[in-house]
Amino acid sequence: MPYSARVTADHVSVSFPLYHGYARSLKKTLVAAAATRLRESGRRRVVVHGLDAVSFTLAPGDRLGLVGRNGAGKTTLLRTLAGIYEPNEGHVSVTGRVNALLDPSLGMNAELTGRENIVIRGMFAGLPGHALPDLIDNVVAFAELAEFIDLPLRIYSAGMVIRLGFALATAIQAQVLLMDEWFLAGDAAFLERAKLRLEDMVKGAEILVLSSHNIEVLRTWCTRIFWMDRGRIIDDGPPDEVLGHYLANTTALPAA
Amino acid sequence: MSISTHEPGALSLEFRSNPSATVRNRLAIADLRQGLSLWRLWSTLGWFDIRLRYRGSVLGPLWLTLSTAVMVAALGVLYSQLFGMDLHAYFPYLALSLVLWNYISAAVADACACFTGSDGMIRSIRMPFTMYALRAVVRNVIAGAHNVIVVVVVFWIFSAWPGVDGFAALPGMALWLVDTLAVAVLLGPVCARFRDIPPIIASVMQIAFFVSPVIWRPELVGPRARSLLVLNPFYTLLEIVRAPLLGSLPTLAIWVSALGYSVLLCAVAAALFARVRGRIAFWV
Repeated sequence: MPYSARVTADHVSVSFPLYHGYARSLKKTLVAAAATRLRESGRRRVVVHGLDAVSFTLAPGDRLGLVGRNGAGKTTLLRTLAGIYEPNEGHVSVTGRVNALLDPSLGMNAELTGRENIVIRGMFAGLPGHALPDLIDNVVAFAELAEFIDLPLRIYSAGMVIRLGFALATAIQAQVLLMDEWFLAGDAAFLERAKLRLEDMVKGAEILVLSSHNIEVLRTWCTRIFWMDRGRIIDDGPPDEVLGHYLANTTALPAA
Repeated sequence: MSISTHEPGALSLEFRSNPSATVRNRLAIADLRQGLSLWRLWSTLGWFDIRLRYRGSVLGPLWLTLSTAVMVAALGVLYSQLFGMDLHAYFPYLALSLVLWNYISAAVADACACFTGSDGMIRSIRMPFTMYALRAVVRNVIAGAHNVIVVVVVFWIFSAWPGVDGFAALPGMALWLVDTLAVAVLLGPVCARFRDIPPIIASVMQIAFFVSPVIWRPELVGPRARSLLVLNPFYTLLEIVRAPLLGSLPTLAIWVSALGYSVLLCAVAAALFARVRGRIAFWV
């Protein structure tokens, strides 16, 4: 690795304009624009804050875990670090080769064969042509697809699709690894092997950002935890401390 | 937002909010440059798109060829009667015009879906957006190429080979490729943001089909109307490829008009793309 990885977020805000039916329509937008000009009322647009002024720095060796309810901004933060969402406010900087495991079915097409899907994914990751056969061997061996590799994905069992997606996503080593929790799905036998492979990958990465609801996984793998709520980091510290607060809070909620 | 590089698995990503126009333009240019460098990816994806569209069908993309052939035959007989034209002169003209128009209207319709059709990928990996536009260009060129068979067969039946002049169509075809990309980059984001644009585009294209000399010859209208025809971008863009393939060279006025409209299209597409590129991921 030529230089060490680094992640910096400085007052990063990401907001989603809500385009449900109404605002999707050109006619209605034009009519609304004309109407506001007439009545001189301000533009009212429904905006959801995915991230609200989030700041932090990660250095090599950092293993960051994200906890929080659904909709707390964990996936938005991962997508922002992956460069998919560009922030409305603030500054994000990520140094190092990034691999984002956000969607297990990324680029996978049910009508294409396993091999074709692997080739596409390899190209997505920017692998040179001569590296593709190695990628195919690696993925086929791990996913145990055997002769299914040349058949379309639509005839695969659900387990095979998950194995293929997992094998593909984890075949490419990265300096900065961004991971959503989907990888914990799958059958028990597969989970054991998946864990080993994932551990290798996590060890190989300089920085890990992992979003999960699984407290045990976070406790084992992470060195630092953000508890996120409504797009903000409401607690930041070592796993035992933050997870303790989080668990106390979430288990206390139904009683209160 | 500013990004020093955003190749897949980029070694460095940098975003700063509220970028200046200069930064936005630089990002849009970087997007295009990186998009072009991913040629293996978009040509493969474009090729798979075509294979998938026709997987399971016996004739595959040749269904498109067959339906074009039937349409050419039916319209050829009907309109040569209606316009009182010689079948030998009209048939090659009609076959070529319809095939070229099919490409234009398919490319414009497909441009609308070039980002919304890949929403899953856009939300799970950072990619230059022009990669998706180039993929749409590839699949349209491949689909359009299947129709060339109809033209070749008709030219063969009527011995209407254009001769050396036919090569003069090449610059026009090159311009078409650039315009196809520009249309995708322009309509892709607009159609992602406003979902009622695609039907509007579809009806505009239908009107354009009838008011442009596609199935009728420009000579059929009076001299005054013909001088106005050069203002119709669909006509002049069609003509720079069609005329050479029918063995004549387009006039300078036609080339000037086709080039002028193309420059305008590219400028508008580039300006819009630079402005909204960072928002596309939120729209799809």
